[in-house]
Amino acid sequence: MSTFSYILGIVAASFTFIIVIDMLRRQRLRERHAIWWITGAILALIVGIFPALLDAIAAVIGIDVPINLVFFVSIAILVLVCIQHSAELTKTERQIRVLVEESALLSKRVRDLEDRA
Amino acid sequence: MTVAHTGSEARIVVIMPAFNEREAIENVIKEVHTALPAATCLVVDDGSLDDTAAIARRAGAAVIELPVNLGVGGAMRAGYRFALVNGYDVAVQIDADGQHDPSSVPAMVAQLVTADIVIGARFAGVGDYSVSGPRWWAMSFLSAVLSRAARRRLTDTTSGFKACGPRAIELLAREMPAEYLGDTIEALVIALKNGLIVDQYPVAMRPRAGGQPSHNPMKSAIYLVRGVFALAVAFIRPVGGARA
Repeated sequence: MSTFSYILGIVAASFTFIIVIDMLRRQRLRERHAIWWITGAILALIVGIFPALLDAIAAVIGIDVPINLVFFVSIAILVLVCIQHSAELTKTERQIRVLVEESALLSKRVRDLEDRA
Repeated sequence: MTVAHTGSEARIVVIMPAFNEREAIENVIKEVHTALPAATCLVVDDGSLDDTAAIARRAGAAVIELPVNLGVGGAMRAGYRFALVNGYDVAVQIDADGQHDPSSVPAMVAQLVTADIVIGARFAGVGDYSVSGPRWWAMSFLSAVLSRAARRRLTDTTSGFKACGPRAIELLAREMPAEYLGDTIEALVIALKNGLIVDQYPVAMRPRAGGQPSHNPMKSAIYLVRGVFALAVAFIRPVGGARA
């Protein structure tokens, strides 16, 4: 591995980490959503700084090509994030539905009260 | 416990979920008023793009207007909430397109003495409405499974024509699902799981008076798959349902 690609790995991981922390700080990202991206960025940073660690873990698990371990972990994190988003969307839809129903019932009440007055 | 006092003293609300039903709704409301002079007719306008709400109001119905389209499940939950909050004893769910004959309602309400939900059912000997192909297989399969769960013969579990007593109103105001087929199949499963008694009353179906049919015949096969899926999910769902 060249020095350039070594530096590039570390820079990319640090950049992701800093972006996520900054968005968290500015309240553009909630902690519950940020946690996966932070986990991913930290893992990428560790592997970026100590590439030998990746090779060692891959060897222990029995993965011949270490980069496949990176793909596996990355895809696993993306899948988990997608499932979490679907669940959050479902919850949001349910909340919207309740609000729509309540607002419709309330506007009927307002209308009835105005008609009576 | 079921309705203690059906007949003239029971306070009845007829709930009609409506989405772009301007052609049919006025007549249906008039028929409801004729069949049940003492009942409140509640139209739940499910985010219609036409003047359904205005027409319904002019025809003398109470109207709830949902600001966005929620689907039949959401509209019906709003209707049942209205029934619960305003202390109605009986809520009757009827289609706004004129398929259901309101003159069957008094008999369905009378049957609430021995049941919590009475389905106005096709294929029960009255009327000549027929369905064929995959859609029919789906409907018979769903009905067979639900008949076993209800321990009595239910021939039309996807019917949108239902009369509900106080226990069912209380339950459905809280747990009516918004899923596909949630207002029919899953609502029945929820009712049965909560120990409610579900029965049926044979009715004839009329051709639609206007509006767009909610199902395209081409989608029958998909309907089968989704119907079976909805039923399976309904059965494995924990009692108590999702909290908002």
